[in-house]
Amino acid sequence: MEPIIKVDNVSMCFNLSTEKHESLKEYFLALVQGRLHYDEFYALRDISLDIMPGDFYGLVGLNGSGKSTLLKTIAGVYKPSAGCVTVRGSIAPLIELGAGFDMDLTARENIYLNGTVLGYSPKYIDSKFDEIVDFSELQDFLDVPLKNYSSGMVARIAFAIATITKPDILIADEILSVGDFLFQQKCEQRMKELMSGGTTVILVSHSIEQVERMCNKVAWLSHGHLKMNGDTTAVCEAYKQAQRGEA
Amino acid sequence: MKSVGKLKLYWADFWRYRYLLWNLVSRDFKLKYRRSVLGVVWSVLNPLLMCLVYWAVFTSLPGFGSNIPNFPVYLMIGQLLFTFFSESTSAGMGSVISASALLKKVYIPKYIFPMEKCCFALVNCVFSFIALVLVMLVTGSPLHATVILAVYPLLTLFVFCFGIAMALSAMAVFFRDIMHLWSVFTTALMYFSAIFYDPAMMGSVGSFSMQTIIGLNPLYWYITAFRTAVLYGRLLSTNMVLVCGGCALVSVLIGTLIFKKTQDKFVLHI
Repeated sequence: MEPIIKVDNVSMCFNLSTEKHESLKEYFLALVQGRLHYDEFYALRDISLDIMPGDFYGLVGLNGSGKSTLLKTIAGVYKPSAGCVTVRGSIAPLIELGAGFDMDLTARENIYLNGTVLGYSPKYIDSKFDEIVDFSELQDFLDVPLKNYSSGMVARIAFAIATITKPDILIADEILSVGDFLFQQKCEQRMKELMSGGTTVILVSHSIEQVERMCNKVAWLSHGHLKMNGDTTAVCEAYKQAQRGEA
Repeated sequence: MKSVGKLKLYWADFWRYRYLLWNLVSRDFKLKYRRSVLGVVWSVLNPLLMCLVYWAVFTSLPGFGSNIPNFPVYLMIGQLLFTFFSESTSAGMGSVISASALLKKVYIPKYIFPMEKCCFALVNCVFSFIALVLVMLVTGSPLHATVILAVYPLLTLFVFCFGIAMALSAMAVFFRDIMHLWSVFTTALMYFSAIFYDPAMMGSVGSFSMQTIIGLNPLYWYITAFRTAVLYGRLLSTNMVLVCGGCALVSVLIGTLIFKKTQDKFVLHI
């Protein structure tokens, strides 16, 4: 079987310019004075990862270890500085929920806006509209501008929109940490449903228990390097061991 | 063969996101008039009032406007097209920066944003043509069959603006200064676009006549071609067709080149 996502020797390098040159004058001054050098920072270094169709892949690691960068590279937001990512199938990214929302518009308008951001047609959203509203349980607030919503309510809408379709790949970045526990359960339930329909899921979470409960494969990132990847039990044990050692 | 396949891929990508383009335009439209009592009427009222101001100022100056037949319509056309240009390019310039929240989190073809601002400006421009029709009715300007030809300068102007908006939006990501510079530049350009005067009656600067200098301004050509069709009821000259189409083509080529070269670095700077 061929991998659905093939991450091949990917490095992602950021220019951490010590001062950011946001104006022409500053830029040329720096250029003339020879101050124009950048500190390079590798958020990812030579990562290779094959993700098979139907996998529930967990990414673990401390803050700043490159998990989100890897997700964004897979989602096509970042273009890797070296190496390449091959994705075969449609992606539903759940990276920071509600990215495409406009706070001045109502929930109803936002459902259509965000749906089209993900590349759905209005007709398709029409047919799924009730399902989205049911899932988010916000029937009474549909015509309220989103700025009057609580963050939990925004997350509900966003999760509902992103998962109405059956994407080939679902990318989830710590989304389950929002909302109350009932809604979290509902989200887990929905993700399991998608999985049984053949969707590949990549999940970033700081809750190792959650990763152990839901994932079948885990990759452990540390300072931009892939430290270990493979079956959940083995990687999670090693990860927990290391954390205990550091604590 | 390979480039054809690539082009097809681009087209498929664009086609997938056509609804997004539509929704973004309708969002801008809703937000622009939300909470205003008169709402969309402002699209008509605003250019009408602006032109009234210009008309009042320039007809009271001796020598201005008196030698131009149907000065209000002449003024209105120049004003509307120029507003379209300045609105689309300046809004397009900031479009990538203000879409940073989206661009950092989901993959979307990035040129959608300058394109959306140009479409929005075009929609506004078409709405304000109602004002133009009103002025034509009031001044008793005849309706020529050549009106239909005005679509050509309008569409080529749209492509021209889109090219510039792409280039500017890419540059603005790296150097915010452009935004301030551009507003000065458009103001300067306005005086060289023959909006409220006839270039033939202008003097000369040194050995160049003003008419030659103004002829170098593409906007002058778009405005003139539009006037030719709507106001004078004549066919577009070959020069007009060539200049309007040529400028649009060059602008969109350069814009695409700059945009494509820099777009992968956008997320790192916004």
